[in-house]
Amino acid sequence: MAVITGTNWNAYDAATMTSREIYGRTLAELGRHNDRIVGLTADLAKTTAIVHFAQAFPDRFYNVGIAEQNMFGIAAGLAKAGLIPFASTMAIFACMRAGEQIRTDIAYQKLPVKIIATHAGISFGHAGTTHHCTEDFAIMRAIPNMTVICPADGIETSKAVQACVDTPGPVYIRIGRGFEPPCYESDDYTYEIGKAITMRDGTDLTIICCGIAVLQAVNAAKTLQETDGLSVRVINMHTLKPLDREAILKAVTDTRRILTIEEHNTVGGLGDAVGSVIAESGKGCVFKKHGIQDTFATIGYAEDLYAHYGLDTNGIVDKVREMMGMEFEADENWDDE
Amino acid sequence: MALTATEKQKLRDIARELRLTVIDVMAWSGGAHVGGSLSCMDILTILYFKYLNIDPKNPQWEDRDRFILSKGHAAAGYIPVLAKRGYFPEETLKTFNHFGSPFAMHPDCNKVVGCDASAGSLGHGLSMAIGLGLGAKQLKKSWKTVCLLGDGECDEGSVWEAAMAGPRFKTDNVIAIVDRNHFMIDGGTEEVMNLEPFADKWKAFGWNVLQVNGHDFDQLDDALDQAWHAKDVPVVILADTVKGKGVDFMENNVLYHYASADSELCAKAKASIMKEG
Repeated sequence: MAVITGTNWNAYDAATMTSREIYGRTLAELGRHNDRIVGLTADLAKTTAIVHFAQAFPDRFYNVGIAEQNMFGIAAGLAKAGLIPFASTMAIFACMRAGEQIRTDIAYQKLPVKIIATHAGISFGHAGTTHHCTEDFAIMRAIPNMTVICPADGIETSKAVQACVDTPGPVYIRIGRGFEPPCYESDDYTYEIGKAITMRDGTDLTIICCGIAVLQAVNAAKTLQETDGLSVRVINMHTLKPLDREAILKAVTDTRRILTIEEHNTVGGLGDAVGSVIAESGKGCVFKKHGIQDTFATIGYAEDLYAHYGLDTNGIVDKVREMMGMEFEADENWDDE
Repeated sequence: MALTATEKQKLRDIARELRLTVIDVMAWSGGAHVGGSLSCMDILTILYFKYLNIDPKNPQWEDRDRFILSKGHAAAGYIPVLAKRGYFPEETLKTFNHFGSPFAMHPDCNKVVGCDASAGSLGHGLSMAIGLGLGAKQLKKSWKTVCLLGDGECDEGSVWEAAMAGPRFKTDNVIAIVDRNHFMIDGGTEEVMNLEPFADKWKAFGWNVLQVNGHDFDQLDDALDQAWHAKDVPVVILADTVKGKGVDFMENNVLYHYASADSELCAKAKASIMKEG
């Protein structure tokens, strides 16, 4: 049975393909139905897997060489002409090297350029800090008109890529290097940009997370249920902007303990976005931000780094246990707050 | 086709009126990049009153030629041109820089009718122009994109990323023009960060380089005519200009890169423009 609609990929295919691979193939498929889609890269066609689109549509693909600023400028021009450009490079080069082109040429002019940024977070850990990117949420969230998405796995990447085509304005989709196991078994679920997905319901604590943390959080919640008898809700906040405030506030009311998890600096990312919603709501709760604690990450393979920074199942279990021991100011009457 | 004497006189008259308006904008706005607006005025005039295939009554017309003012700080020169061309009443220029005005020191294409690209951060325009050129080819359209750069702007590395890409992608439907007025904020271009051999640089990047006097309508006309018929190799026109052109005391005077004007200065500047004819 196909796990991604419109393809003949089975669960094994989806599990063995990286998110990048699924992105590239999905884009090639979309290109068949929409001739306004064009592709760009800056010497990272194979690395970002946009090469699948390039091979299918060589005349609709531009490799600008190692020149990210030029790539996003050209993408802006193509969008002005009426096309839908998908531009791919590593996250760090998109949001920093070409940060001003994205802000000024693309977002300021409200152009529908779709930025698919790979190797985000610490997924390319062994490449060293030059290739890590734990700042992109902060940068992209602060740019007006920008939609910011971080899919949980390859299957969700495919859904996000499909959904972003008709989303007005610019979209930033951040994916990792992508050798992690899939979170979803198929694409048979409703995906809507800006609408969080409850992966697992719970009443004691809510984990709000995105990207690679989603699967780990689901596993942690299962473990905690079995070993500690805890009921942990897991929310996949795949869209950081616009943020699903409703899902956050409901979780605060229902569980009174919120833990955010992200493969990003705890400054400026998902945790800060969720924390702002909670603070402005006036509702009290136990709240913790889990991620890379304002430091450049150490060197190592991604799975070792995830363990080191507590972004794996064990790390999340520990974090939840720590939070269960913390007190919040109880208030019997929530409705009057 | 070469300009007739009447056409040339008409362009001169328009450019003179526009230079007078730039002086007004200087006063209305509280300050403007007057030197670089005056230096490119003859280029803007021949583009908007002869070359660009546009329709001010239908500003978003799909098949129009596009223009990108990469040296966005010359908005004080560019926006009056759009007004004169009929995109909006010249009267509205009085709001320049004021609260809620569509007109600022740098142009915003979502606010200024007839403006094809927001610009102001230097080194962005040529990449966008090449994207537009590729887009036109992709859609099999024959419209052109013209991009006007400043010479100081060419210190930006991103200009050369774009310069490398134009010939590589054969964007012969993109015409680059550099307003070579030899000055930037901190002084002469050759003092701050030398550009020469400037033409050789563009040639080395694969462009067909045309060098003209940017205040001579015959030379500009010849070059634009060639550029409009470029085949495979894109054209860059290096237009040698005088910063502050038309106002004797502003010419080649770095003090007038950006300046404000009181009534006395306005009168003096306008008198000089009228004298030059």
